[in-house]
Amino acid sequence: MRYTINGKPVQAEVDVRTSLLDLLREHLQLTGTKKGCDQGACGACTVLVDGHRINSCLALAVQYQGSEITTIEGVGSHADLHRLQAAFVEHDGLQCGYCTPGQICSAIGMVAEVEREVPSALTEDLLIETIELSADEIRERMSGNLCRCGAYNGIVDAVHQTFARKTTKIFAKDAAE
Amino acid sequence: MIEFRYEKANDAASAIRMFACGDRAHYLGGGTNLVDLMRENIERPETVVDVTGLSQTIEAREGGGLLIGAAATNTAVAAHLGVRKGFPVLARAILAGASGQIRNMATVGGNILQRTRCYYFYDEAARCNKRDPGAGCDAIGGFNRIHAILGASPACIATHPSDMCVALAALDATVHLEGAKGARSIKLIDLHRLPGDRPDVETELAPGDLITAVELPPLSYAANSTYRKVHDRASYAFALVSVAAALDVDDRGNVRDVRLALGGVAHKPWRATVAEQEMRGAPASEETFRRAAEAELKDAVGLADNAFKIELAKRVIVNTLQKLTMVPGAGS
Repeated sequence: MRYTINGKPVQAEVDVRTSLLDLLREHLQLTGTKKGCDQGACGACTVLVDGHRINSCLALAVQYQGSEITTIEGVGSHADLHRLQAAFVEHDGLQCGYCTPGQICSAIGMVAEVEREVPSALTEDLLIETIELSADEIRERMSGNLCRCGAYNGIVDAVHQTFARKTTKIFAKDAAE
Repeated sequence: MIEFRYEKANDAASAIRMFACGDRAHYLGGGTNLVDLMRENIERPETVVDVTGLSQTIEAREGGGLLIGAAATNTAVAAHLGVRKGFPVLARAILAGASGQIRNMATVGGNILQRTRCYYFYDEAARCNKRDPGAGCDAIGGFNRIHAILGASPACIATHPSDMCVALAALDATVHLEGAKGARSIKLIDLHRLPGDRPDVETELAPGDLITAVELPPLSYAANSTYRKVHDRASYAFALVSVAAALDVDDRGNVRDVRLALGGVAHKPWRATVAEQEMRGAPASEETFRRAAEAELKDAVGLADNAFKIELAKRVIVNTLQKLTMVPGAGS
């Protein structure tokens, strides 16, 4: 099975029962992506597949052959933090940090959805073209990522500081960088 | 999870062939329910036929309808301009369900065929007539807050968990199928069954039948439609009660036509035909809506933890319809 993971071609032969999460963690030693509930409830395993955020625990690795996968290791490094990672540090968007890789990947995927004008349950006018990324919108769109430490206020502040009040054009540039 | 053989189909014909050739075969969409059930040993397919490679196209049909490929993701449907503009109830129902990540994975076909989230169905140590016909039902005397108030049986009180299907029921959607005997179609409201004494048989589909598309027929007033969901958390929770509604009010303020469906209350998406009949031709007023809601819920039965849903459903019906009367152009 072939993938492009964090920009690098990867080949792996695993049992078809292997989830994308276990492929990343157990077979490729990319342990930044976390296993929380392993049933799609917590979002700790969120990764980006061809730019779309998914729960890697509910994904059979075999279904995603040929995809481009981005994990937290591909988002930033200790020496070169992504702006959103720096904002999480600044706003105390974490305590234990276990949900953080999923939160970061989810927020990046979420902003790409906003850029593509995907509405949310809070969108009053379904035909609106520019979605204001308010704190309430962030909470609704990030509801698939739980934080047992309850660092939600910091998480929302970090996402808001990084992505709100930017035009969709700037979002696109961020994604390309 | 038991071992299985994985096959990927790129068209309906090969999917049906792979299903027929495989032992204990199961189609696989986005996996958000099936993979979880396989991991819990509730579903034990020996062949898994991946059908995410089938049509994801959403195309306009003559007269204002829409044809949605079964492999379209929930996000793609909710974001589609034709859906947002012409059938807002469908976009809103999808956006009211699950999380952003799950909506990106889940397909239309898989959403329709997802299994109940009854805790006892998921718990191998509990008795469940759906998993093990004749075993009994631990939900009836157990914790049944999320369970059915309409159409339940002594064998099963599970609910169908989909939000999307409630909108499809209100919109009178048709589900296109292909199977060993060729192509056919069935109305969404006829696809799922009430539990009766065979809660393990959840749909009218024959083994190997594949959902290829969902068709929304034209509905002149579908733009005046919405979805209201009541759940235990502000987001990312299954419905306690949900209402999908579309309303057409004439110049005199009477109900010319109406569509109404309920979620979270029954073993299938519940089309409220009794209430619809009660409202047609009557003034579009709170009194009419309340009378219609009372009529629809007349035979509702509450259990220890879910009796509150009977009054809740009535109130959400009235509130949702009232909102639709306030739209400009929807009558006086």
